[in-house]
Amino acid sequence: MGNLESYTIELRGIVKRFPGVVANNGINLKICRGEIHCLLGENGAGKTTLMRILYGLYQPDEGDILLNGQSIKINSPRTAISYHIGMVHQHFRLVPTLSVEENIVLGLDEGTGPFMNSRKTRKKISMIAEKYGLLVDPGAKIWQLAVGQQQRVEILKALYREVDILIMDEPTSVLTPQEVDQLFTTLRTLVDNGLTIIFITHKLDEVMQVSDKVSVLRKGKIISTLSTSETNKPDLARLMVGRDIVFRLQKSPVQRSEKLLEVNDLHALNDRGLPALRGVSFEIFGGEILGVAGVSGNGQYELAEVLTGLRKLTHGKIFFSKKEITNCSVREINDCNIAHIPAERIRMGIVPALSIRENLILKKYRRPPYCRREFLERQKIEQNAHCAIKDYQIAAPNCETAAKLLSGGNIQKVVLARELSENPSLIIAVHPTYGLDIGATEQVRQILLAQRERSAAILLISEDLDEIMTMSDRILVMCHGEVMGIIDAENADIEEIGLMMAGTRQEGEVK
Amino acid sequence: MKKNLLFKIERRPIASGSLIFIVSLIAIVVALVVAGIFFRIYGVSPIRAYQLILRGSLGSRFGITETIRRAIPLLLCGVGLTIAFRALFWNIGAEGQLLMGAVGAAGIALFSGLPDPLLLPAMFIGGFLFGAAWGLIPAFLKVKMGLNDVITTLMMNYIALYIVEWLIHGPWKGPSMRGFAYTDTFPQAARLPSIYGTRIHWPTLILGILLAVLMYIMVTKTRSGFEIRVIGENPDAARFAGISQMKTTLMVMLISGGFAGLAGVGEVAGIHMRLLGPNHISMGYGYTAIIVAWLARRNPLAVIITSLLFGVIMTGGDVIKVSLGLPFQMINVFNGLILFFLIGSEILLRYKISFNSRR
Repeated sequence: MGNLESYTIELRGIVKRFPGVVANNGINLKICRGEIHCLLGENGAGKTTLMRILYGLYQPDEGDILLNGQSIKINSPRTAISYHIGMVHQHFRLVPTLSVEENIVLGLDEGTGPFMNSRKTRKKISMIAEKYGLLVDPGAKIWQLAVGQQQRVEILKALYREVDILIMDEPTSVLTPQEVDQLFTTLRTLVDNGLTIIFITHKLDEVMQVSDKVSVLRKGKIISTLSTSETNKPDLARLMVGRDIVFRLQKSPVQRSEKLLEVNDLHALNDRGLPALRGVSFEIFGGEILGVAGVSGNGQYELAEVLTGLRKLTHGKIFFSKKEITNCSVREINDCNIAHIPAERIRMGIVPALSIRENLILKKYRRPPYCRREFLERQKIEQNAHCAIKDYQIAAPNCETAAKLLSGGNIQKVVLARELSENPSLIIAVHPTYGLDIGATEQVRQILLAQRERSAAILLISEDLDEIMTMSDRILVMCHGEVMGIIDAENADIEEIGLMMAGTRQEGEVK
Repeated sequence: MKKNLLFKIERRPIASGSLIFIVSLIAIVVALVVAGIFFRIYGVSPIRAYQLILRGSLGSRFGITETIRRAIPLLLCGVGLTIAFRALFWNIGAEGQLLMGAVGAAGIALFSGLPDPLLLPAMFIGGFLFGAAWGLIPAFLKVKMGLNDVITTLMMNYIALYIVEWLIHGPWKGPSMRGFAYTDTFPQAARLPSIYGTRIHWPTLILGILLAVLMYIMVTKTRSGFEIRVIGENPDAARFAGISQMKTTLMVMLISGGFAGLAGVGEVAGIHMRLLGPNHISMGYGYTAIIVAWLARRNPLAVIITSLLFGVIMTGGDVIKVSLGLPFQMINVFNGLILFFLIGSEILLRYKISFNSRR
């Protein structure tokens, strides 16, 4: 038996099988009280599965869970909470139309009889909020809150239930850089107050920044558990993927060709009818990547949407190869051979229930050779799929596999294969590597760079500043729907970009 | 010490065809068992009741022909509904669309004055258009104003029902009907031929089978079918791909409403030869067809089978009424139970239970 004092929670020989995969293959993990313990691994390494077992969402096929040295059985999240284990999911479990307070007490037996005791609840919430610096208005409705604030509500929800161990599943994936900083401060405060935090991530920077210990998972096994202070990014990366990773992309100098896209004074509204774009102008040339940096929600999505025909402009003009395409329909823009790699690949990029074969023709099923009059040409469509699977190394049993069965990286490859199949001269890529593991990220970036070599113009919208910095030739910074400035990536300074993202206009002339 | 659970529930990535078949079958069997309780309450042995139903609907020439006759409107409505359901348009209004098809056909039969050879074709076209129009109204309301399709299509049924009531009590009331609320009987040229000695109006039956095959081909092999499937599976991706929600929704409701309208033509021109009370024209075919389409898992070809199955059940309703003195509404209980268990059984397609053999 281990030392009863030192480990809060211990997982022993956890095995979890899913049809066709062993998600967790004999995992041993010890987590000490009062530490931030990162679980690092690529997508599909088994991090989330393991934590879902700890939170009672899954039952392990084999293995034991020990809490303070005693074997426990966690059948459901309710049991987990009774052992003071809480979890903040990657996608929040909040009711948008209810208030913060109502969400926090949801499912608890608070108040008297059927009535809520709002005064008492609020008092407790504000006490916790003050203690940990998690300020939110308890009366606000969830839908009114920014994503970062919603996450705070999730944390409050767990603290209200008096958890000691808080599992955070990729908490930064939805946050802006500023919100990430705030979150990390919060996590530190929590740990200082004696909580234990298990932090799931696949981002190396975060591990280095926030954790005390790190356990690297690969293919359902713990490869190594290290003290963060005794390791570094390259070592972790090697452990994570099992091979060396090139952090710097090999990029040839920019070879500008003709001007492909010119936009003048774009204005558009967001979904809530508020101004999202306020006079955006820029141009892109063939053979260059124009990166768009900005804090989430400053008009980048709307920009991608107006360029691809998904959103109407209220003012302004768009020219593509000197031809005006202002407010053209999605189909007309498709027909101009403009590719769009959407932000949410599962929601927008694919039809999950349809096969790879069908997903690959989503945009060109109306054109020969994929159809003859009204009828689809099955053979041609299949050939197209075989080529795409080969060219883009899509890991799938065959082209009839439903797209939803693929991993995130392979789904993105399906999207890329489709969007790039006809050598588009303009590519609008939104978060092309979001949520992908290191290996897939690298592949996607290489694919985009190859398109640049081919003299395609690429508009790269991303919240990952590192991605913008490594990929772009020029960087456009947006804030409040306006262009703060366009700078050369060569001599870009991350401090300067940060200031511009926060709303400071670039010194001198704005091109 | 750790106790092993007896079984565990896991997600199933994709359900195979045979699994869907078995699960559907189980749903029907369970519905039969539960319906048996109601037979018991009436003091009738369920086994005997089912025997009678089977013998009555499949055990004689008359039974079989009645089963087919009832399957015809179910087939036409059901095929149309599979298309609407595939595009995620929840058309609960086949009943009203059928009635409007009947109105269209009756109007042309009685008042158009067309030459005899043109009469029946005109009735089919008119019936199709009336049914389609009735389906397109909720489609417009949905795409233009975002109104809920379930509610609008359902409400349109009542409007159609009262239009029929008004017509047969008012302007179209037949002078030769001695006060009964019927229209006059259709002229000979406006009546559909039947297979001799039966009530199977075969032109409608052939039309139904033909349309089932055509719709199957459309869904699986054409561009429009592809668009319907993309919209049905992921409307966001459809928008992203430039597929027009408006065009597709209108198209599926043109088909769905139109086919229900054709079913209405068949009923008035093949069975009743006049327009009469809405409950006599339809007996709830439009509602039962929802279950028919659902049981067919939105596959137009499978509707040929499922509509026959429900033909058996509806004919069985006549049998239990006559032989056992039970109300015909027993059949609605029955249909309700089947739909209930069918929808309930979908969870078995998404999850699987594996039993733990380890001790």
